[in-house]
Amino acid sequence: MSEEKKSEGLTRREFIRNGSFAVGGLVGGTLLGSFLINPSSSTQTASENGNGDHDHGSSDDYMRARMFFKRQEDFRVLSAAVERIFPEDEIGPGAVSLAVPYFIDRQLAGSWGFNAREYMDGPFEDGAETQGNQSALNRRDAFLKGVRLIQNQAKANFEGEAYYDLTDEQQDEILESFESGDVEMRGMSSSQFFELLRKATLRGVYSDPVYGGNLNMDGWRMKQYPGGLMNNMDIIEDEEFHDIEPVSLHDHHT
Amino acid sequence: MAIELPKKQAVVVGVGWAGGIIASELTKAGIEVIGLERGGERTPDDFIMQKDELRYALDHELMQDLSRETQTIRNTTDMTALPMRQLGSYLLGTDVGGAGIHWNGQAPRFFPYDFQIQTMTLEQYGEGKVDEDITIQDWGITYEEIEPYYTKWEKMAGISGEQNEMTPEMSEEYPTPPMKESPAIRLFKEASSELGLHPHQRPSANLSENYTNPDGQTIYQCQYCSFCERFGCDYQAKSDPLITVIPTALKTGNFEIKTHANVREIGHEDGVATGVYYIDGTDDQEYFQPADIVIITTYVMNNTRLLLQSGIGQPYDPETEEGVVGKHYCYQIISGADGFFEDKKFNLYAGAGALGGGVEDYNADNFDHSDLDFIHGGVLGLHQTGNRPIDTNPVPEGTKSWGKEFKEASTHYFYRQLHIQSQGASLPYRYNYLDLDPTYTDENGDPLLRVTYNFTDQDRNLAKYQAERAMEIMEQMGADIVEEVNHATGDYDIVPYQTTHNTGGTIMGASSETSVVNNYSQVWDCENLFVAGASTFSHNGGNNPTPTVAALAYRAAEGILDYIDDPRQLVVDGN
Ligand SMILES: Cc1cc2nc3c(=O)[nH]c(=O)nc-3n(C[C@H](O)[C@H](O)[C@H](O)COP(=O)(O)OP(=O)(O)OC[C@H]3O[C@@H](n4cnc5c(N)ncnc54)[C@H](O)[C@@H]3O)c2cc1C
Ligand code: SF4
Repeated sequence: MSEEKKSEGLTRREFIRNGSFAVGGLVGGTLLGSFLINPSSSTQTASENGNGDHDHGSSDDYMRARMFFKRQEDFRVLSAAVERIFPEDEIGPGAVSLAVPYFIDRQLAGSWGFNAREYMDGPFEDGAETQGNQSALNRRDAFLKGVRLIQNQAKANFEGEAYYDLTDEQQDEILESFESGDVEMRGMSSSQFFELLRKATLRGVYSDPVYGGNLNMDGWRMKQYPGGLMNNMDIIEDEEFHDIEPVSLHDHHT
Repeated sequence: MAIELPKKQAVVVGVGWAGGIIASELTKAGIEVIGLERGGERTPDDFIMQKDELRYALDHELMQDLSRETQTIRNTTDMTALPMRQLGSYLLGTDVGGAGIHWNGQAPRFFPYDFQIQTMTLEQYGEGKVDEDITIQDWGITYEEIEPYYTKWEKMAGISGEQNEMTPEMSEEYPTPPMKESPAIRLFKEASSELGLHPHQRPSANLSENYTNPDGQTIYQCQYCSFCERFGCDYQAKSDPLITVIPTALKTGNFEIKTHANVREIGHEDGVATGVYYIDGTDDQEYFQPADIVIITTYVMNNTRLLLQSGIGQPYDPETEEGVVGKHYCYQIISGADGFFEDKKFNLYAGAGALGGGVEDYNADNFDHSDLDFIHGGVLGLHQTGNRPIDTNPVPEGTKSWGKEFKEASTHYFYRQLHIQSQGASLPYRYNYLDLDPTYTDENGDPLLRVTYNFTDQDRNLAKYQAERAMEIMEQMGADIVEEVNHATGDYDIVPYQTTHNTGGTIMGASSETSVVNNYSQVWDCENLFVAGASTFSHNGGNNPTPTVAALAYRAAEGILDYIDDPRQLVVDGN
């Protein structure tokens, strides 16, 4: 067992090393806001290409490309929608700054997108809600359909405007119509798609950075979540709250 | 055509806690055992530094691949059962060690009342206390009879715990002292005491100190790392089959495990089991493994499915109430309270699967039910298993589930919310049962198991009562917002996780007319066939099932050894 890994010293050292390679704009310290990746430009680029603003040449940059979504337009709609689900605010970065659109793109490219470990044999019937998801669509198809439907709804309801060009309130209005299941969608209900999108966003905000989201562990920092610590023996009985610098799988595995 | 393999003295199908315990006891006594496990091989090295919520807790890396096999589900007999396409309400284990690898390790016993529920309810409350469709039945074993096997399990697993006047009586103390008390647990205990209840630190298979068991296996001290429920342990500090009974069996030289061996059917002739048929996933070939004794420990679902598929025992029919295989499918009735604290912040990123405080005052028949519209109850516990960020987003009722408002509330309350849960007992209902699905099949083309299950008024009344008790404690703890949590208000829903405490289908009892196995887990209709696991529970108690699974497995092993010496029906049929 690699018990030597559990010491806090190493954890902290590693954190600083990784932090500085991941983002150029790291300020240091523990407060949430200071970890934002160039906050002013991230909102703007969100509506352009769903990307944050980054130094060129860091290994991270090579991961900011699409593996699943072929059409730029689909990806821009996705980016705008996840940012509404988890918006940037004074607490900290939003989904786009945390690279959630790229996270979702990669998830869809892999086994999750194909529902590889789920029962996908027919016959398919709607069933009762208590019987769970009975959709024949895999997540790849669901996302393509869903994202395009968001765009169609935007154009139909707002004079031909693209979803990502709408105001925040208008974007929310469309998401709400999905959430309530009011939008007609084939293969699954629009409320089911919304729930899929909502959960995928949270997965991207808070999963280990190895998957491409939760950039620089800034999702975790908003919750003061320290990641997977090896040992909490010393604090488990403590009344006092301990704010601990997070560690990731990268810290554990390298 | 199946390829026939050399005969073995005993074959154990499924190598989890139940299979591992039986294999260890038989091999120690010199019996040659082959274990057939449908999943892959694994070692404790597979669990080191695997602190990945997405992969393990949400995407169920260690659990059953439903694309290969699942169950179909319906609430009532007039619905069409549809496949459980994604894991949700319960999480089935697979691979060597089974669900015993990714369990929490909460390790309580059942109460004397559980084993004689029919007799004791009648004695205490007279006829008519329970609806006649709530078909409670004694187990054909008493607490006194099962007690030594609980002790044996606790010593093997090194369970950490303490007793008080409300916990079931024990002949010996727990082998290791209770776990550490966190501030949240302390608060729960203080509040419960103030209400006149009897809190205790929950019995745990996450050990409070290093411990070497009677088989010579060492289990280490828990580090409260919190990647416990749904994970394997980095430290070998959570008792699991891979660090206890499996190496004990292998050390004898009498145990061999074949992985990727998916058993489809039990061979039998004239009431004697001849062996098992399995598909080897490495060459997709069917094999027949002959054996003198066949032991099925594939968990509730497949224990029942294998009997039905093999045509052993009469299938249960809810209309006529005849037949036994598939009857008394039960679950766990989950309710409780959430509390939100404005001025307290707990270190909830830390924890352990079985770290908790509990009260047993509202379990079994520890309280008077004369004026209540249900029987039994459940343990109320506050557990600190460790908050993880994707799945833990506590927000008060009425908060939007996305957007700015959600973000604010879920980050604010992440360390400010505590939960008290009741694990309510689940009693058998005439129309809750297991059989074979007429439509859907697994990867081999065999019918899936069909689960027909819904909550009853007994369950709903129990859940409501328990939730109210939990809310009283939460109020006493000083929470600013207290909310009821209740999974059993309407129909059973396969989507939200409740527990992996499924029970029944091949139940234990005093006679072949009312049960599938006797109290040695020996099948009434097929003497050299033993079926062990929670499938033998006639109902589910108000506590976690595994200690009872383990105790009954130790007893089954004793019965099997006795049977090998002197083959016979070990218990006189009460018919
Ligand atoms: C997340 C989680 C937390 C839990 N926490 C607790 C807890 O705190 N306390 C508690 O008491 N219980 C807990 N449980 C329940 C506990 O894990 C089970 O009660 C226990 O592991 C059951 O042991 P078993 O040997 O009967 O079955 P399993 O562990 O399921 O083992 C059965 C084995 O049989 C194999 N198998 C199945 N079908 C076939 C086939 N056809 N051919 C060959 N092999 C087959 C499976 O792959 C598996 O390895 C928890 C369960 C889960 C999932
Ligand atoms: S909490 Fe304890 S028992 Fe559980 S995985 Fe961590 S160290 Fe092991």
